[in-house]
Amino acid sequence: MERGETRTYGRRAFLGVTAVGLSSLLWGRAAWRDLGGAAQPLENALPPALFPTGWRIYTVADHMPSFDRATWRLRIDGLVGRPRTLSYDELRALPSAEQVSTFHCVTGWSVSNVHWRGVRFDDLLATAGLRQDANVLTFVSAEKPYVDTLTLAQARLPDAMLAYEMDGRPLPREHGAPVRVVIPDMYGYKGVKWVERISVDSVAEPGYWEQRGYDSDAWVGRSNGL
Amino acid sequence: MASDRIERFTRTERAVHWVHATAFMTLLASGLTLWLPRLSELVARRPLVKAVHIDAAVAWLVALAVVVAVGDRRRLRETLRELDLFDDDDLLWLRRHPAPQGRFNAGQKVNAILTGAFAVLFAVSGTLLWLGERDHAFRFASTIVLHDGLTLVSLALFAGHLYLAVLHPATRHALRGITTGSVDRQWALVHHRKWARGRE
Repeated sequence: MERGETRTYGRRAFLGVTAVGLSSLLWGRAAWRDLGGAAQPLENALPPALFPTGWRIYTVADHMPSFDRATWRLRIDGLVGRPRTLSYDELRALPSAEQVSTFHCVTGWSVSNVHWRGVRFDDLLATAGLRQDANVLTFVSAEKPYVDTLTLAQARLPDAMLAYEMDGRPLPREHGAPVRVVIPDMYGYKGVKWVERISVDSVAEPGYWEQRGYDSDAWVGRSNGL
Repeated sequence: MASDRIERFTRTERAVHWVHATAFMTLLASGLTLWLPRLSELVARRPLVKAVHIDAAVAWLVALAVVVAVGDRRRLRETLRELDLFDDDDLLWLRRHPAPQGRFNAGQKVNAILTGAFAVLFAVSGTLLWLGERDHAFRFASTIVLHDGLTLVSLALFAGHLYLAVLHPATRHALRGITTGSVDRQWALVHHRKWARGRE
């Protein structure tokens, strides 16, 4: 008892939605960025647990390291004059620097206007003294077996740091408490979290993601096929 | 006199529905854990959650293929035809005018069509994410935006679907149809008149 003609709207809608979805592989990111600004008031109104903050937490081990201020130590060794072991308070007593920068992940998401506070690497390394053949910093994470490297020149970029505060608060656990590497010109996998040891070396060993095919020089927009 | 219940969904249709529903909920739970920082921190075992997510996705596609392979394909084709065709009553109904509906009302058709298209897009974007981790050639900056956007829209559709199937008094009887296969004839005559009338 159908009235009037019937139309094959179903298949057209299916194909249309599928085609628009596939084409968004070309324009989705730009649209999302514009939409992100519009959705900001909504985002601020919702509890952070329910809404994506823009960040996502990539870990490689079954256990996320936890930070104990009393027992935590940062070891600096390798090609240095005096290997050092810094407590959290000793680290915080070093000259501090602040910056606002954008964080880019190699998988395609970004977070803008992240406020970091931490120590520039020259100020940190001055406590140990570099030897002549020092060339590379190897950052060893408490999250085993995560490790990555920066050349000294990269670590001396004006906005690279070992950060202990993020957006005005001590670095949260999921962001690498108590300290992580920040280097905004490179994709986030170079920003080792939960750093517990910095080894000064002459040549770079491949880091965790480099062993899995990612570029060692992870410049944003100029590496990893992006 | 006709019996008080009539068959609304075949076993094959119900199998497709519940395979998809189970997979969707598993993928949603594991996916949100991978996505939302608070949940990531709470669960903390990303490699395990990621493995669950990927295995569930593979199991979902395999199970759907198995249902289609061993199920009643003639009736499934008939279902697809029903979902494809929109008549004047469907268009009226979508504009919120009362109009008699078939076995699927127009809203259910739209939901099924979007679910189908999203399944394809989820599978494609998920496969690209998996491949991209292994080979630069498959890495696109917008893949994750598509996968996330689909998640948000699906979440809204899923919430509406759950409300109508479990809570809303007028429609929740439909849950019996998708679990047991049959529905009350009187209910069907009110909500799916054109279909129920044809089966008297």
